[in-house]
Amino acid sequence: MKRAFPILAVLTAFLLVCALYLAWTAPTDALQGDVYRIIYYHVPSAWTAFLLFFINFLASVQYLASAKPSTQRAAKWIVIAIGIVGFIAPFIPQVRQQLPVGMYPSSVATTALIITALYFLIGRYFPGQDLDVLAVTTAEVGVVFCTIVLITGPIWARPVWGIWWAPGDIRLTSTLVLWLIYVSYLVLRRFSDSAQTQKLAAVLAVFGALDVPLVYFSIWFFRTQHPQPVIGGGGSIDPGMLRVLLINWGAFLCFAFLVCWSRFRLEKLRREVEEAEALESLLEPAGPAAPSSKANVPLGRGSQ
Amino acid sequence: MRSFWSITLATLTKDIRLEWRSKDALNAMLFFSLLVVVIFVFSFDPLAEESRHIVGGLVWVAFLFAAVVALNQTWARELRNQVLDAYRVSPAPANALFLAKALGNFVLVSLLEALMAPLFVIFYNLRVLGPAWQLIPVALLGTWALVVNGTFFAAMSLRTRSRELMLPLLLFPVSIPAVLGMVAGTTNILTGENPAHFYIVLLLTYDVVFTTACLALFETVLQAE
Repeated sequence: MKRAFPILAVLTAFLLVCALYLAWTAPTDALQGDVYRIIYYHVPSAWTAFLLFFINFLASVQYLASAKPSTQRAAKWIVIAIGIVGFIAPFIPQVRQQLPVGMYPSSVATTALIITALYFLIGRYFPGQDLDVLAVTTAEVGVVFCTIVLITGPIWARPVWGIWWAPGDIRLTSTLVLWLIYVSYLVLRRFSDSAQTQKLAAVLAVFGALDVPLVYFSIWFFRTQHPQPVIGGGGSIDPGMLRVLLINWGAFLCFAFLVCWSRFRLEKLRREVEEAEALESLLEPAGPAAPSSKANVPLGRGSQ
Repeated sequence: MRSFWSITLATLTKDIRLEWRSKDALNAMLFFSLLVVVIFVFSFDPLAEESRHIVGGLVWVAFLFAAVVALNQTWARELRNQVLDAYRVSPAPANALFLAKALGNFVLVSLLEALMAPLFVIFYNLRVLGPAWQLIPVALLGTWALVVNGTFFAAMSLRTRSRELMLPLLLFPVSIPAVLGMVAGTTNILTGENPAHFYIVLLLTYDVVFTTACLALFETVLQAE
């Protein structure tokens, strides 16, 4: 597994260079000119950030649920129920009419399935404390990508809209609030000194996830200034541009995965060292009497 | 074992009696929000027409900051003499304690609002153009929205360094939709230009969602030590 890291790193670098080249040579927008090219960074960053935050939410829910076998079972069945309902409901005519224009029932059904699958995959590959390590990793990297979104957005908006920021806009506000919530999540992790930080952080992540739909709902009837989503949102995009956008997203996803991976390993290592130090300090009082006790402490991976 | 509600009531009356005798939180809150009002009056000197548009925001910002003063005291009181630890090991349900604390804060902040609202009317020469009775549901639902999450996050920030600083950092981002609902609802009622029903529904949804979440997760937070 470790050997795959440099290979993936080289591949990501290559993809990012390719994506940059394609972003420069993609067809120029008829109305906006070259300014539009920032979407090749803005949109993939936004998708990546939202995906990471969503993984953080799933990991946090699972971490909270794993405290007791009964809640774990209940959470499992709730997720399965959400998957089944989300898969069937969009095809019922009454529900179908409620969907926004340009959103297909099949895409909603696929999303529901992906959410369920993601939940179980996370539970399968990240058992126990790894769930919390995953949560902190995705939150940190997600905040970085979300920051990119919030910086590139105004840079684009100034020449095109004539304003840096549109207060009350539905997408802008919900992205900003999401960013604020996750920054407060990281602050909590930083300031908390109890052994139960993980649990408190997971609780906050759940609150944040509950908050975002409410933010979206609260500005429902303000007209949005943000361009309609180009995929599945009724907007239209040149196939050449779409291809470049997707390649850019692929490159960004690889990059995010790479950063998450190394951060994940770093965090696990940090915890191992912390544990070893705690163990060492426990054994310390017996030090003079049993000098050999120090040798038994698994101090990180250095000696292996 | 005593029932859920009798425990809630006992804790609530204890808190209110303590507050009634000391009046620590209430005095601090009152003076604090008075200061905020006065500073706002100096900073903006609006006409009656303009003030209707901005006062919704000013009122709720003042109450939000003042509420943090009360919320910070909620649990700090229980830390003395290890009352909270005693509660943790007792068989009493955790949610009874939470509800009592939230209700106590609700009473306190509502009292503050009732006392401060006339001051805003005087300083800003307010006259309500919309249906004034709708201010009551907006105020009650908005206060509960602040207080229920505030009590929860105050319990959460007990476990952190620089606890008093942590509470607003955790509370404000999550409260944004509620604050937006309160401010926009109040402004709509004051100006009478748009109906405020949407915001009352929004606040109600917010309250239901977060009260449920708090009750579901409070035990985890209380036991986290």
